[in-house]
Amino acid sequence: MINLLAQPWFIPLVTGVVIIALAPLAVAFTVLLERKVLADMQARLGPMRVGPQGVLQTIADAVKLLTKEDVVPSDSDKWLFRFAPVVSFFTAATCLTVVPFSEAIKVTDVNVGLLIISAMSAVGILGIILGGWSSNSHYSLLGGLRSAAQLVSYEVALGLALMCGVMSAGTLSMTGIVKAQLQRGIWFAFDNYGLMLVPMMIYLISSVAETNRAPFDLPEAESELVAGFHTEYSGFRWGIYMLSEYINMFAVGSVLITLFWGGWLRPFPNVAALAIPLNYGVPLVVFGGTGLGCLYLSRRQPIQGYAIGIAGLGVVFLLVAAIFMIPAVNGPSIPVFWWALKLFTVLYIFIWLRGTFPRYRYDQLMNIGWKVMIPTALAAIFINAIVGMARS
Amino acid sequence: MLETVFFYAFAALTLAGAILTVTMRSAVHCAIALISSLAGVAGLYLLQHAEFLFAVQIVLYIGGVMVLFLFVIMLVNLDAAARERQFHRHWLAALACLAGTGALVALFLTRGAESFKLGAPAAEAAPGAGNIETLSMLLFREYLVPFELASLLLLVAIVGGVMMAKKRI
Repeated sequence: MINLLAQPWFIPLVTGVVIIALAPLAVAFTVLLERKVLADMQARLGPMRVGPQGVLQTIADAVKLLTKEDVVPSDSDKWLFRFAPVVSFFTAATCLTVVPFSEAIKVTDVNVGLLIISAMSAVGILGIILGGWSSNSHYSLLGGLRSAAQLVSYEVALGLALMCGVMSAGTLSMTGIVKAQLQRGIWFAFDNYGLMLVPMMIYLISSVAETNRAPFDLPEAESELVAGFHTEYSGFRWGIYMLSEYINMFAVGSVLITLFWGGWLRPFPNVAALAIPLNYGVPLVVFGGTGLGCLYLSRRQPIQGYAIGIAGLGVVFLLVAAIFMIPAVNGPSIPVFWWALKLFTVLYIFIWLRGTFPRYRYDQLMNIGWKVMIPTALAAIFINAIVGMARS
Repeated sequence: MLETVFFYAFAALTLAGAILTVTMRSAVHCAIALISSLAGVAGLYLLQHAEFLFAVQIVLYIGGVMVLFLFVIMLVNLDAAARERQFHRHWLAALACLAGTGALVALFLTRGAESFKLGAPAAEAAPGAGNIETLSMLLFREYLVPFELASLLLLVAIVGGVMMAKKRI
């Protein structure tokens, strides 16, 4: 037993399993967040029936997906049809394993972390094309091909934008990139006199395309292609596709915040005077505010059980806020708090874009990718290289 | 121990993928077998601590070349083309290739027996000087001219591709 614990692969394995097991839960609540935020933007209420204010809606959806009949079309390529969602999920989950959540909490720190993420997202395309082809349906095939073309195009801009960040950091290790920002005392988004904002925006836009989300959700444009590559999928296999799509959002969001927004660092990481107000004030506002909001909502619930439930949730949030005020807890957990806050900011931006923009036409999508994003990214590399060299 | 297990797993993946690539019936299945073979090679690179080659192998071959292969296979009806006479039953040519390759391997094994000895393990790289840093130092300092010539070759290929694809420029 002691022998097992001492193995070098033991801790990374356990952390990896825990992260991959927690990811679906995070996805469930991101879906809820998405539905609620979109509903709010469209002046609706969103899910309200399951649980107080609909907080248990996605759990119910997950149970429904698990118990649904699993349909495999009779003319499909059976083995590939079953194999394709596995590829998607495997690649998405692998991306999460190189992301550092704080200096201590991570699966592993490989010195080519960024390359592994871009390699995995390249393999992830296969899951989509194979799913589209094996369904033996025209909608699926067209969705899969569109998606492949889109991902291959935007991968170039994405890689070029990453290159700018790597040039500033001088390393490909995800932990090393964050440490370089700590050493420099600035998030790379604002480095090189603000010139790094250009690659950051390119990365943000390409990552929306990379995760197949609106306004670049051509592969699953429901007005033209029913549901794109996963038209024929149902039940849990469809659920795996949806899960990997959201985990991919987490992955590209983590890369964005690691490379450009300082990873687990707080804002102004080199100003020591701000450490106490930011590290204690922001969790207090976030968790305390959520707790008070839940308590306020609990007075307006139609059913007594819901009122108790949401009041309990409010008390839990207030307790979390109180726990964050203990220095012994605050110290190790505050990096993860900042990381999560930044990640959910990115996710909120994704949802916001979905609620704001109409879908692009296919030729517009390709024009933006090849004629705007890639030249801008190349120019950004060129200028940032010159400015970076001039500064050092 | 663990490395040996992984080595045999990746080697088996590479070989099985290569065999399936030439024996499968459907073109898409062949492409997938080829992908698994390439992934096995990538794994072997990783075992040699050539992380950069591993990533390039996956990004370029699996994410780039094979995706485009699949793209073409799915758009073109290859199953009809495969039934054409000129694409199969070339037993004579296949046997000739096999005999030629076998003779070459046999020659190597007999003449170059002493070159199969493993050299002393290379000195451990200094910590901090990772694989990629060393590689980029070599590429951009010592082998800059060949590297830039290769990029010129790629540029020619790109221009040629545009010329062929676009009727009116």
